Amino acid sequence: MLRRVRQRYLVLRIMSEETVNKEDLIKAVWNAVLQLYGEYGTSQVNLATIEVDPERNCAILRCSHKALEMVRASLASITEINAKPVAIYVLGVSGTLKSLRKKFL
Amino acid sequence: MRRFVDLHLRPSLGDLNHLEKMIGKSYELGYRLVGISLPPDIRQDKVELLKKICNDIGVDLVTRVDLTPKKPQELLRELRRLRRKFEVISVMCDSKPVARQAAKDRRVDLLSFPTDSRRRFFDQAEAELASQALASLEISMALLLSLRGESRTRLFSRLRREAEIAERFNVPIVVSSGATDEYLLRTPHDYAAFATLFDLAKPLGLRALSHNPLDIVKRNREKLSPNYVALGVRIIKRGKNC
Repeated sequence: MLRRVRQRYLVLRIMSEETVNKEDLIKAVWNAVLQLYGEYGTSQVNLATIEVDPERNCAILRCSHKALEMVRASLASITEINAKPVAIYVLGVSGTLKSLRKKFL
Repeated sequence: MRRFVDLHLRPSLGDLNHLEKMIGKSYELGYRLVGISLPPDIRQDKVELLKKICNDIGVDLVTRVDLTPKKPQELLRELRRLRRKFEVISVMCDSKPVARQAAKDRRVDLLSFPTDSRRRFFDQAEAELASQALASLEISMALLLSLRGESRTRLFSRLRREAEIAERFNVPIVVSSGATDEYLLRTPHDYAAFATLFDLAKPLGLRALSHNPLDIVKRNREKLSPNYVALGVRIIKRGKNC
C-alpha cells in the first residue's frame, strides 16, 4: 500500500520596499528552488502556494515534509524580486493548515 | 532555550537610524547577541552609545574588529594593539602566511576567507593549527546570498570541503550574517537550512549560530574581566582580609 505523503505548511513574511504581488512571489520561489536544486530536486519538493496576502506581506506555502529544508534554503536565497531588494523569512512551520493559522496568523 | 548569535553585522555606524533598524530586525528574527564590526580606532563613548541602543532593543552587543593584514608581522602588531580593546577579533586571511599566523595565534577568534575559492587557505594544516589555538572558521552568509551561478557553485563546493575538514579537526564553525542591510538578514533556522547546501547538517548549522559563537564571547569576556589571571585562575575576592 502506498504511504500517504506528509506535507508541511510554511507561513512566510515578505519584507520589501514595495508590495510584492502573488505572481511575482510564486515565480521568485520557483526560480530559487530551480536554481539551487535543479529540475530533479524541484520535482521532489511538491511545492504549492496556498495563499498570498500582499497587504499583510504574508504567504502560505505547502511542500513535502522531506523537502522542508530545501524550501527554507531556497527562500533564504531570494534577495530580490523585480530588481527590488526583498527578504523572505519563514515565520513558522506546521503539519496542518489549521494549526499553522492558529499559531502564526 | 537556545540563544542565537549573529557575530557579524556590518551596519553603517554613522547612520543611527539604519543601525537601530538592523539591530531591531536582528532581535525580531530571534538573535539575542549581535556582534558589530567596529573600526579599530573607535572612541569609547561611541561604543557606550551602541551598547545603550542594543540594550534598549533587548540585544547584547559584542564588540568586534575585522583585521585585514597584508603580512604576518602586521597582524601581530594589530593584535598587540587591539586584543584588549575588543571582545572578538576576526582576521580576513588574504594570503597563506597571514592565514597560518592567524590560525596559530590564540588571540585570534575567527578566521575569515575571501569568496574567491582559490584564495581560501583553510586546509588540513590550517585546521590543525586553528584547532590548537581555539580559533573558529567563520562563514559569512551575505556573500553566499549575493553570489549567483558559477561563482556560488564553486564556493559551495569549497565550503563543503572546509566544513568537512573543520569537523574532522574539531574546529568550530561560526555562521554569521555579514549583513550590511536588513534585506540580507535571515532567521537562524533559515541560515541553518541554507548551510545544508554545503553539507553542514542542520544541528551543526544551528550550533554554528548559537553555542559556537557564544563560547567565544563567554571565553573572551572572562579574559577581558579585571578578575582574570590566567586560564582557570581568577580573583574571587579582593581586600585586606584575603
